Amino acid sequence: MKILVTGASSMIGRHTVARLLARGDEVTTLQRNPTGSPTGETRVNEVLGSVSDAATIDRACDGQDAVVHLAAKVGVTGAWPEYERTNVTGTALLIEGAGRAGVGVFVHVSSPAVAHAGAALVGAGAEPADPSSTRGHYATSKAIAERHALAASSAEMPIVAIRPHLVWGPGDTQLVGRIIERARQGRLALVGSGTALIDTTYVDNAADALVAALDRCDELGGRAFVVSNGEPRTVHELVARMIAAAGLEWSPRHVPVSVAKGGGSLVERFWDRTGRTEDPPMTSFLAEQLSTAHWFDQRDTRAALHWTPAVSLAEGFARLGEWFRSCDS
Amino acid sequence: MVTAPHAAAASTPSDGLDGLDPAWSRLVHVPRTDGVGRTWHVLDNQVDDAHLTLLCVHGNPSWSYLFRNLVRRAPVGVRVIAVDQLEMGFSERSGRLRRLPTRVDDLCELTDELGLDGQIVTVAHDWGGPISLGWAQRHLGQLAGVVLMNTAVHQPEGSPAPGLIRLTRSRPMLQNVTVKTASFIRGALEMSHPRPVAEVRRGFLAPYLTADRRAAIAEFVADIPLDPDHPSAAALDGIAAGLGLLSDVPTLLLWGSKDKVFSDRYLHDLEHRLPHAKVHRYPGAGHFVSEDVDAVGAIVDWLGVLGRGSAPVPAEHRSSTLLETHGELGDQLAVAESTGLAGSISFSQFAGSVETTAAGLAGAGVSPGDRVALMVPPGVDLAVSLYACWRAGAVIVLIDSGLGPSGISAAIKAADPAYLIGIPKALAAARTLRWPGRRICTGPMPATQRKVLRVIGDLSELRSAPGHLPAPPTPEDVAAVVFTSGSTGPSKGVVYSHGQLEAQRDALTKLYDITTDDRLVAAFAPFALYGPAIGISSVVPDMDVAAPGTLTARALGDAAVAADATMVFASPAALANVVRTATELTAEHRAAFSAVRLLLSAGAPVRPSLLRAAAELFPNATAHTPYGMTECLPVASISLAGIDAAVGGDGVCVGFPLVDVDVQIRVLDALGRATGELTGEPGLVGEVVVRAPHARSGYDRLWHTEFAASQPDGWHSTGDVGHLDELGQLWIGGRVSHVISTPDGPVTPVRIEQAIEGLEGVASAAVVGVGPPGLQRIVAVIQPVSAPRSPRSAALDIVDAVRAAVVGVDISAVFEVPALPVDRRHNSKIDRTRVAGWASAALAGGRLRKL
Repeated sequence: MKILVTGASSMIGRHTVARLLARGDEVTTLQRNPTGSPTGETRVNEVLGSVSDAATIDRACDGQDAVVHLAAKVGVTGAWPEYERTNVTGTALLIEGAGRAGVGVFVHVSSPAVAHAGAALVGAGAEPADPSSTRGHYATSKAIAERHALAASSAEMPIVAIRPHLVWGPGDTQLVGRIIERARQGRLALVGSGTALIDTTYVDNAADALVAALDRCDELGGRAFVVSNGEPRTVHELVARMIAAAGLEWSPRHVPVSVAKGGGSLVERFWDRTGRTEDPPMTSFLAEQLSTAHWFDQRDTRAALHWTPAVSLAEGFARLGEWFRSCDS
Repeated sequence: MVTAPHAAAASTPSDGLDGLDPAWSRLVHVPRTDGVGRTWHVLDNQVDDAHLTLLCVHGNPSWSYLFRNLVRRAPVGVRVIAVDQLEMGFSERSGRLRRLPTRVDDLCELTDELGLDGQIVTVAHDWGGPISLGWAQRHLGQLAGVVLMNTAVHQPEGSPAPGLIRLTRSRPMLQNVTVKTASFIRGALEMSHPRPVAEVRRGFLAPYLTADRRAAIAEFVADIPLDPDHPSAAALDGIAAGLGLLSDVPTLLLWGSKDKVFSDRYLHDLEHRLPHAKVHRYPGAGHFVSEDVDAVGAIVDWLGVLGRGSAPVPAEHRSSTLLETHGELGDQLAVAESTGLAGSISFSQFAGSVETTAAGLAGAGVSPGDRVALMVPPGVDLAVSLYACWRAGAVIVLIDSGLGPSGISAAIKAADPAYLIGIPKALAAARTLRWPGRRICTGPMPATQRKVLRVIGDLSELRSAPGHLPAPPTPEDVAAVVFTSGSTGPSKGVVYSHGQLEAQRDALTKLYDITTDDRLVAAFAPFALYGPAIGISSVVPDMDVAAPGTLTARALGDAAVAADATMVFASPAALANVVRTATELTAEHRAAFSAVRLLLSAGAPVRPSLLRAAAELFPNATAHTPYGMTECLPVASISLAGIDAAVGGDGVCVGFPLVDVDVQIRVLDALGRATGELTGEPGLVGEVVVRAPHARSGYDRLWHTEFAASQPDGWHSTGDVGHLDELGQLWIGGRVSHVISTPDGPVTPVRIEQAIEGLEGVASAAVVGVGPPGLQRIVAVIQPVSAPRSPRSAALDIVDAVRAAVVGVDISAVFEVPALPVDRRHNSKIDRTRVAGWASAALAGGRLRKL
């Protein structure tokens, strides 16, 4: 099968491409900058350009059987137009282009943040995306994009949305990278008691779920699924395991939730005003994510995708530890 | 006379009243009424071809809204008609004064107009009660049942009129409270527990928004015949007298016992008049009982078994053998107290004392069926009083002193004994806490104190004024109402017949091969009471029965020496303290312990380690522990050797069920609810359901609870979860309510707790579920040997050890706490419900609070 993967340079993108190649699919990637072959493979066709450019999209979609759409602007800072251009307009253009090119199936990668904001999520399902209740430009733009994608699902090109929750693994610069960096600087503190129960997804499992969605897309068009390891853990344990994997020592410090949220808002505004582009150390969005429960009902996801996580959290942390050790040596 | 000149036509309620479907509302014109015709508003689900119709009559100040949930939940084929009485609710305001007889006539004319000629059950609340009963007495031919909620037909003898009614009736109050303002309605609603939500309050007030619509509320209050010369008194007396006509009519009394107007006194009056009635008294509910608790559920379930009479128990026409107290054993010790003042009594003395005390009780007025609460510590007085009560035909009420003052108060008010035999301390509490029952003291008491406590006599006085003894009770007669510690919920009165207690005595005798050569040290009271009926000596050690953990090794040793004991019965809490204080045992104590053949730990689950440590003090004894509950004891029993041999099951092995006990498993569904069929198949996990000749007959004044726990009929649902193994042994995995319903199916906590408790450094563990049913995550909360000062997340090595010890399930989080909450009585049953609530809050991201 010929498959276009957008955003292939991200951690989950690299793993997804590797899986597709391993099973004999022909992969084309679409991204802004040349990365070289992400896995050292030579069978990947690279199309360079933006998902918000129709001509680039037509070039990328030409002759494809399927699309896995990972490209997105991720972050907690920055202006709305940037999020809108990549996440909303880019998705719409890509779907149009794929349709024109006669692509058969389309997997849209979304986020659990499109449906929920604020309240603790305890065994939550995949509620419909709701841009009016989301918090932050990223979540809002992804909610609009997912609604558009699912509405555009058709018999000719079924579209399924997959929402992986907190993906991490070796080489992860987002979640793991930041925690370790702050721990190294001695500036890591837990928000509140650190006992909020959180679902996460080991990267291999997330990639497997995307491939499974690709294979089942015909029967799942128009639906959204949250994907996680199904082993929720407290923030305290997750952080402690990542730090242990990196071979660091840590004794937990705690910051009250209110302080973290307040501090987060200040930092966010300050960052915006100074026009800095890298993400600030703590945002109110992140403070909330790490101080309230976020875990999900995986029964429907697993039954519909015929997928279960192959790598347990315990195994994932062991692999993370090996990776850190291989980096050190 | 209060008359209201305000006339208004009947109407239907405005749309949007909470819980009310506008489709139920209809107006019924009855041309006969008042000669000019009146129009009623009624709720009517208008079921065609109904096999049964419920005729619901509200009281004052209320309207058919009270029955909205009954209309909604009506069983298939049941029509529900709930009327608004004339001048009330949305029915016509004629301005005419309607007294009780008029209202009964009105209702009869309405049902004639509706052409209700099939089977009818009346359902009524408050002053709807007498009206519905008046109707019922004129329609006996089609009356299929009667349901009454917080009502009255009579002012019980010597009772003051309900103070609130008197107050409301006083001239200046009546118009102000009931008509000019909506205070009476609001006040009545405020007496609900908990206070109804705003939408429901709005519903109740809807037809009474203006003074002219409230005129009849005052008239209704004024029509309550508090005095014999009241115009409605004769009608009410007639209705009360006519209740005898209902002796064959199935009757259900549902009662909120916190009602300030219709107190328990009125319930007992109705029970007296309708002795066949099924009764459910809700201790936490108030006047509007169907608003406060699921009284509608009780009505629906009761309708489901209406007309399905239970098989009559064949009468045996013989005397209860509990009264054969082995006087032939003569001078042999029957009961002794090894307190400092060592009271003791021989079998021949005991038999004589029981007979004379029974006659004394009869002389004091105790009649067959009367309830007598015994508030006497174990020993001679308790044994004599208990058997004497039985001989006099009385029903004993036993309340575990471990319930504490408020628990004891609740239990004794629920049981409502006619007499209370107690030690001075208990009688003082009875006066202070206003416990019911005429008070009898076990021993002499100073005159002043007697007067203050209103004691009618002491046991020796009663003996000197004997009355005529009735024939002894038969096996079918009720023998006891027993309230135990309630560590798994509010204490319920468990009702036993003489036949069931005979069977319990025989089951214990057979199970533990008890013969008249045995001599018992009884540190666990319930079984000790059978000593005289079995014909074995029993000695009560010096201890505070309310706190079994105070039993010392020395006290137990003294009792064993005094009894020359062959058997020792004690609770785990008592045994734990005996083990702790074992160093104080003398050589004589140890010698006495060597002669013991049976050590029994009863009353709560015992840890194998404790039973083993206790057994070491009795080198020649077999250690046993029975499994069971107040409602059925024992169900099974296991020896220490049996515990050691039992491996591989899910939970705790409690041994083989007794020969006479049927044990079945009600299989759990995917969400962990015990909803399946009964099965005896090994390995299937579910609620343990038992049937035995010595199982309870029922729950006292808790009909709905009894119904729910008696499915199918004749069985008792224990609330424990467990399974049978291939050998036929029973394993217990916790409480059904503590089953964790995970995405992979239900998980029972005990097996996991045991695995964690096997880890070094763990004193005890609770395993609970967090999250919605079907998705719950498993959380372990540990009390380490070296406990932290406040709750905390466990360190990674401890989390790893816990996960390694527990195979096949995913433990989401592990916490360490200073102490796990346990029940005060047994100091052993962990309050998992509380732990689960705490863990839920913590894992939602809240603060890590104190547990």
